[in-house]
Amino acid sequence: MNEIDIKFLEDSFKKYYFNHFDLITSPPRTSEREFGYQKFNSGMFRHISLKENKELHLLFMQNIPSDVYCSNAYYAFPNFPMSEKDWKEADLIFDIDAKDLNLPCRKNHTMSICNECNEVSKDTSQCVKCNSTKLEKKSLPCKNCIGASKIEVNKLSNVLINDLGIDKENIHVYFSGNEGFHVYVYHSQFQEIGSKERSELVDYIMFRGAIPETFGMKKFKPNRSLFPDFNQKGWNGRFSKYVFGSKSKRSKIISELLDSGYPSFQKTLDDVSKNIGVKIDPNVTMDVHRIFRLPGSINSKSGLSKVLCTDLTKFDPYVDACFLSDDPVEVLANCPIEFKLKNKKFGPYTNEKISVPTYAAVYMICKKLATIA
Amino acid sequence: MLVLGQDEKAKYPFLADAGEYLKDKGFSLVQFGSDPVLKLSVEKALHRIKVASAGEVYKSDIDKDGQASKDYVLEREVFSFLLAIVLIKLTGMSTLIKRFALAEARRAEIYLEKDLGNASNKSKIDLATRIIYDLFNIEIIKENDFFVIPVSDYLKHSVTFHEREWKLINRHVENGKVFLTPDKTVRLIRKELGNYISSKIINAPKPSMIPGLENAVNELILISKKLTPTYTITTGEYPPCIKHAIDVLEKGENLPHSGRFMLATFLLSKGQTVPQIAPLFKNAPDYNPRVTLYQLNHLAGTSGSATKYSCPSCEKLKTQDLCFITKECNDIINPMQFGKKRT
Repeated sequence: MNEIDIKFLEDSFKKYYFNHFDLITSPPRTSEREFGYQKFNSGMFRHISLKENKELHLLFMQNIPSDVYCSNAYYAFPNFPMSEKDWKEADLIFDIDAKDLNLPCRKNHTMSICNECNEVSKDTSQCVKCNSTKLEKKSLPCKNCIGASKIEVNKLSNVLINDLGIDKENIHVYFSGNEGFHVYVYHSQFQEIGSKERSELVDYIMFRGAIPETFGMKKFKPNRSLFPDFNQKGWNGRFSKYVFGSKSKRSKIISELLDSGYPSFQKTLDDVSKNIGVKIDPNVTMDVHRIFRLPGSINSKSGLSKVLCTDLTKFDPYVDACFLSDDPVEVLANCPIEFKLKNKKFGPYTNEKISVPTYAAVYMICKKLATIA
Repeated sequence: MLVLGQDEKAKYPFLADAGEYLKDKGFSLVQFGSDPVLKLSVEKALHRIKVASAGEVYKSDIDKDGQASKDYVLEREVFSFLLAIVLIKLTGMSTLIKRFALAEARRAEIYLEKDLGNASNKSKIDLATRIIYDLFNIEIIKENDFFVIPVSDYLKHSVTFHEREWKLINRHVENGKVFLTPDKTVRLIRKELGNYISSKIINAPKPSMIPGLENAVNELILISKKLTPTYTITTGEYPPCIKHAIDVLEKGENLPHSGRFMLATFLLSKGQTVPQIAPLFKNAPDYNPRVTLYQLNHLAGTSGSATKYSCPSCEKLKTQDLCFITKECNDIINPMQFGKKRT
């Protein structure tokens, strides 16, 4: 990214942090967390410990970071090297990202930016100009992407509450600032479990590794009375609703499953996993040393903020997470896809010099689809 | 502190205090080397270890309820356990400890399972749940025909199992609890029970040789030496997960961070150096030579915290969608084991 663009982004971010510091919630037990940040065109600074909100404010104002992170883990010495931090526990965290949902709409709003010649083209595997395969994909997620991500958040909450016994008020949902949602679980029985155990929890939530016997299909002498029923709790009940559809079809479908046999049932389970398993990013939940985007901070992939969603159904990230100013800016835009921010439509632009509000200019520059004119 | 009756000591001899037990019965260790009647317990102890080292579970002379027709049968059960520990200590062979502890844990499981499943005798259920709570700090609550434990406790114990049936998805989970049958409940703690028994053996003082036990000890040393496994290399090929990762990189496609971690740690553990590995990442869409070298050196332990990172287990790779299992994988649990045959 060029110096002028960086200067513009830093000015816009600084203004936001100055005016909206109330949106940045210093997490509970701040002094036990590890903080980290990145600046534009530079690496990660981490292993930072902060005592209180004031210090956090200072970090923003002094460094004007592009991104700020905070650990979900609690340490005795958060500023020490990883092996000496003395890990105590970690909140459970989940990342749901539209890019992992394999949505059919994705190809309509994904662009490829060539790393060699910077050519922007609609989703391809090879640069249309120089044939290079080193392409960076950028997506401008649509309403459908956000809607599908919300469905995954609701599926996740359902498993967390009903199966894993988490209190609803201990589940906090945030818009990630780009293409999805971050879910935090506080004060649960899982605070002290390690990475391996969290990985097992991930498989449970994603419905991975199920064996036919668990859902009533025995290898030898299968018996129809063992198949799950609609009113059962947990995955058995969800399995019934998905596979049988309705109570009237249950008996017929069980007969079909028995006829198809054991190996075919394993395929049914794989299909169930793809369709009703919750699509979370396994690496995030498994990692007990992660620093995760700080609530209230701006995501430099978009210029949108990571904000708490109190009413997920009504939440519109392109309105509710867009806090940058309306001041007009001249940019040279090369954005082949239309997008909408603060209820206003922008684009498509083909190498055009245009004047747009700061928030739209930041959005395109962050996506590498525009530069300051 | 649990107060145990004679039959309970026979079922769970590892809970008894060895020294005190012998003293209570009026014997000393030396007598077992010479007294022809007591020597029967030594033979039984020897048999107990031999069965364990063959990977089997020793069949007691007591029934599943821990009862026996004669009191001395119960007594001999406890003696033979205590003497087995003495014999193992005298051999000084640590390979015997693990096998013996595991076999004894499996033996105790039979009784624990019976006690937990004993619907008519609440005191037996209470004793079994108390043992589990006292030794392993797991609170088990009986709910109808099931034993219920918190999901987090279940995970802490089940993650070491490789069989798929132990995955949480294959259990009945409700409201933060896992529902288990008596047999699964005790199976869950087998490893910890084994560890508990091994730590008892490891921490027991090593006695000096007792005259009359030399032959038994020598016989055990011979058995123990045969137990140490050796591996032969059957193939020099990379496992499918590693091949897949290399393919992805060669095509210039994106390999996720976890995949790069797997590939680098695997090759480092195979003895390749950072300069040998670095060029593999050249085709990655976001290749940056400085970052690549920094990360490889970090993994190799030559920079940063000096921790050498090891290759993730197959289980972890499955969760990360990096496993491409073939039948050549042969039930290995880590890619590093690929192509090695235990002989």
